[in-house]
Amino acid sequence: MKRPPKLAATPRSPAVTIDEGVVLAAGGQAEQRIAVATQWQLMWWRFRKHRLALGGTFVLVLFYLVSLFADFFAYTDPNESDAQRSLIAPQQIHWRDDGSFRPYVHALTGARDPLTFKRVYVPDPGKKVYLSFFASGEPYQFLGFIPMDRHLIGVQEGRAGDSLFLLGTDLQGRDMWSRLMYATQTSMTIGLVSVALSLVLGVVLGGVSGFFGGMIDTVIQRIIEILRSIPTIPLWMGLAAALPAEWSVVQVYFAITIIISLIGWTELARVVRGRFISLKEEDFVMAAELVGCSKSRIIFRHMVPSFISHIIAATTLAIPAIIISETSLSFLGLGLRPPAISWGVLLQDAQNIQALVISPWLLVPTIPVVVAVLAFNFMGDGIRDAADPYL
Amino acid sequence: MVAYIVRRLLLAVLTVWAISVLSFAIIHLPPGDYVTSYIASMSASGSAVSEGEAIAMREQLGLDQPITIQYAKWMGLMLQGNFGMAMEWGRPVSDVIGDRMSLTVVISVAAIIFTWAVALPIGIYSAVYRYSILDYAFTFIGFIGLAIPGFMLALIVMYIGFAYFGANVGGLFSPDYAEAPWSWARVWDLTLHLPIPAIVLGISGTAQLIRIMRSNLLDELRKPYVMTARARGLPEYRVILKYPVRVALNPFVSTIGYLLPYVVSGSIIVSLVLSLPTVGPLLLKALIAQDMFLAGTIVLLLGVLTVVGTFISDLLLMWVDPRIRLGQQ
Amino acid sequence: MSGDAKTLLSVRNLRTCFYQDEGTTKAVDGASFDVHEGKTLGIVGESGCGKSVTAQSILRIVEAPGRIVDGEILLTRPDGGVTDLVQQKPDGREMRAIRGGDIGLIFQEPMTSFSPVHTVGEQIIEAVLLHSKVSRKEARLRGIEVLKSVGIPKPERRIDEYSFELSGGLRQRAMIAAALSCNPRLLIADEPTTALDVTTQAQILDLLRTIQRERGMAIMLITHNLGVVAEMADDVVVMYLGRVVEQGDVDAIFHDPKHPYTKALLQSIPSIDSKPRIRLPTIQGSIPHPFNRPPGCPFHPRCTAFIAGRCDKEEPQLVPVGDGRQVSCFLYAPAAAGTAP
Repeated sequence: MKRPPKLAATPRSPAVTIDEGVVLAAGGQAEQRIAVATQWQLMWWRFRKHRLALGGTFVLVLFYLVSLFADFFAYTDPNESDAQRSLIAPQQIHWRDDGSFRPYVHALTGARDPLTFKRVYVPDPGKKVYLSFFASGEPYQFLGFIPMDRHLIGVQEGRAGDSLFLLGTDLQGRDMWSRLMYATQTSMTIGLVSVALSLVLGVVLGGVSGFFGGMIDTVIQRIIEILRSIPTIPLWMGLAAALPAEWSVVQVYFAITIIISLIGWTELARVVRGRFISLKEEDFVMAAELVGCSKSRIIFRHMVPSFISHIIAATTLAIPAIIISETSLSFLGLGLRPPAISWGVLLQDAQNIQALVISPWLLVPTIPVVVAVLAFNFMGDGIRDAADPYL
Repeated sequence: MVAYIVRRLLLAVLTVWAISVLSFAIIHLPPGDYVTSYIASMSASGSAVSEGEAIAMREQLGLDQPITIQYAKWMGLMLQGNFGMAMEWGRPVSDVIGDRMSLTVVISVAAIIFTWAVALPIGIYSAVYRYSILDYAFTFIGFIGLAIPGFMLALIVMYIGFAYFGANVGGLFSPDYAEAPWSWARVWDLTLHLPIPAIVLGISGTAQLIRIMRSNLLDELRKPYVMTARARGLPEYRVILKYPVRVALNPFVSTIGYLLPYVVSGSIIVSLVLSLPTVGPLLLKALIAQDMFLAGTIVLLLGVLTVVGTFISDLLLMWVDPRIRLGQQ
Repeated sequence: MSGDAKTLLSVRNLRTCFYQDEGTTKAVDGASFDVHEGKTLGIVGESGCGKSVTAQSILRIVEAPGRIVDGEILLTRPDGGVTDLVQQKPDGREMRAIRGGDIGLIFQEPMTSFSPVHTVGEQIIEAVLLHSKVSRKEARLRGIEVLKSVGIPKPERRIDEYSFELSGGLRQRAMIAAALSCNPRLLIADEPTTALDVTTQAQILDLLRTIQRERGMAIMLITHNLGVVAEMADDVVVMYLGRVVEQGDVDAIFHDPKHPYTKALLQSIPSIDSKPRIRLPTIQGSIPHPFNRPPGCPFHPRCTAFIAGRCDKEEPQLVPVGDGRQVSCFLYAPAAAGTAP
């Protein structure tokens, strides 16, 4: 209810001590001196007070590092399958051996199941497979062009037959950890690409709608209203099912991003339009008009800077929905298709409830989905609060 | 008031039309048609379909005509309530969909009731006792609820049911009643099976509604009429329940309009995991088989369902908000 | 000061603070004044000087993070007893009976002071039912009667309308009716005319005067409009940054202001005698940010009579200067009788 009156900024007065966004004037001077901080500085001060938002940002940086260097974080070919190694349980890393730091896992030995005669792998406590960080393994192109063969972790002196399954294997005997690294790459980037497309659509259509108003506004608003009242998943399913089966992984990837953003732009358009409309009424825009600023100057110099932070917040908050959409579609088998790897594709295996019950690690890909969605939400909330503390 | 209803009704009709065009177009987007995929599946199983047979099939199904005529024909049939044949099943679409559609409605409504029943009191509590421990707890749970897509929650519930209770928590009926004709016993059986899918489906909507209710109420709590009510000497709980909560309820009611598409949407995919006999699994099958009449009808009916629901929520909003009823926007 | 009337409400050294993450705002910082039966006390000051918070403190409806930290608010009850409102539980039975019963409140925003989804009548009837043992039917009749008494035409129809169906003036009249419905002995009017156009303002002020005459009720009129004060008030309290800087009889204050702030305020009003095309004097600078309150006399950075080494070091106290007037300024305090730093 009681809110401190806003400081009147006097741009020419010299900056004094600045601490956590609270502006202190030096001594009991008659003239009030006020520190000048840019809008972005103020936002940053407010943002860093938001613990969850900082945590979310940290997690996202980590996720995107994994996406960028998936080859490094994975230690084996994600598509290398071996039916005999189907559904091996995650191996536990033992960090110390004989009192010193020497990580190892128990080796797996093949055995026949006495009942089913199937060949199964069980850990053999007597045999140790030593691990090392930055071990050499599968060769790859670091960042796409630097040949390298080092991985975050790997089996020491990579002997044939010794293998590592940190998160176990899937039905086809592929290493879940390595697959998860590549899936992170796909799913995290699909969020970015798709949100970029939605942003373009949303900013253009929302901006046009808000700035020109009238008939154009009415038409765009009706389209948005109609799109929003249609259940999205059936629509996505329909569109995704229309993708030709012979398309390559890359083609499908882009088709899916387009499909998701075609429907996802409405929320961003709503935010942009709302901002445009409320800013048009602001005194400073009126003032700019009165001193004879050109339309484009008013838009880009006066209006856009004052709502760009809101757009950044709305964009950040739109990404989790996109990630969930991609995951859902791929889970249904209508999104990305194998050999593409994404979180949704990985979760397809979990549809088989019998397999899931004996090998719960198939549910592991849910963890990055939930963590990424949470992180985006926290960061987005933080940006929104920092951009407009009184909203 | 009349103008408001007419406007909403017009928008509803327009939306239904847009949905019909979209659903029809979607089915026609993939190259080839039902006959192509039929031929493919037949040859996969070893029996070939001759060119002549294919042409005869197309003619019989009306697939050889221009797309606008096909659309007009389809719409004509739709309006008469004749949804055509589900080709793969060899039965009328209405037969195949029938019960599944009503079960979709039942589950969606159950999920929305759950959402409301939980979100309303928690939202009020969180706004009134802002920054209390429970508020933080609810906010945290809400965030988690928001972050777990329905189908993942369904997977986890299925896993827990199987692994720890040895029970299949999926489905809407016990095996005894799955194929039985409708009876009170079957309805009771359905009621017993309803909570798990309703909760799974409703949880992320609940998380959103809690946030909406909380922020709406926080806005209202700051308004002067709350202070005037207090200044009249009304006890605090009555001040809050009678005034700001009542006012914040209006935008809350209108969220049905947006909750419904969301819930219906989610029901499709959750049904697949929990093997619920709704239209979800059917739609997926129809899309994969390119069974246009069936898939088109399902998408259209789901769309119509949400439009009707949204229209009802518009009427409800008019009923609770005198500003709309009296033509003040 | 009009010493002949009995004191109805006596505020002593009231301090209300808002505790926020950014710092503590002393919204009311040691205010003292009296309201007399049947008289009008005008409280003036710039926005942010703590006028409204004072009113809310009296009614005990200061919202968190605000809290009364010190002082007394002594209300003389109809039976002659005296209740210290600061000692009451804000939501207790006693305080609720006083709120709306002994003290009525009208607000500056008639637009939003009524709930938009309840009829005006509902909100008036509710107050009547809370404070007197009558049936709903009687309460409704009382509501119609009180709407009529504030000059609302066709009250039996208006009572069932929503506030957004009324014009601004009618809405403020309805607001007054709601506050009057339980015959309060003190009416706190917080900027009652600010949101209204000039003609309506005059009508509302007339109405308040008429009601006061008819009911012998005391009014505490909070405003930043000196014209309204001159017209309505018997006594005036001038506030600056949560403190009372000067108080006294309305004529005395307007004709012989003592405190430099009051003087400056009065000089800044245009009058018929003002020369055309000459700038009105304004008060230098602006109100300091509440976290950045100047030491010593809070007005000293803007004061024209600033005494270096005194005003910025010591805090002046309210001292009597004759005729029942009090001023808080070192110009009127004997040098030795200053105050603790």
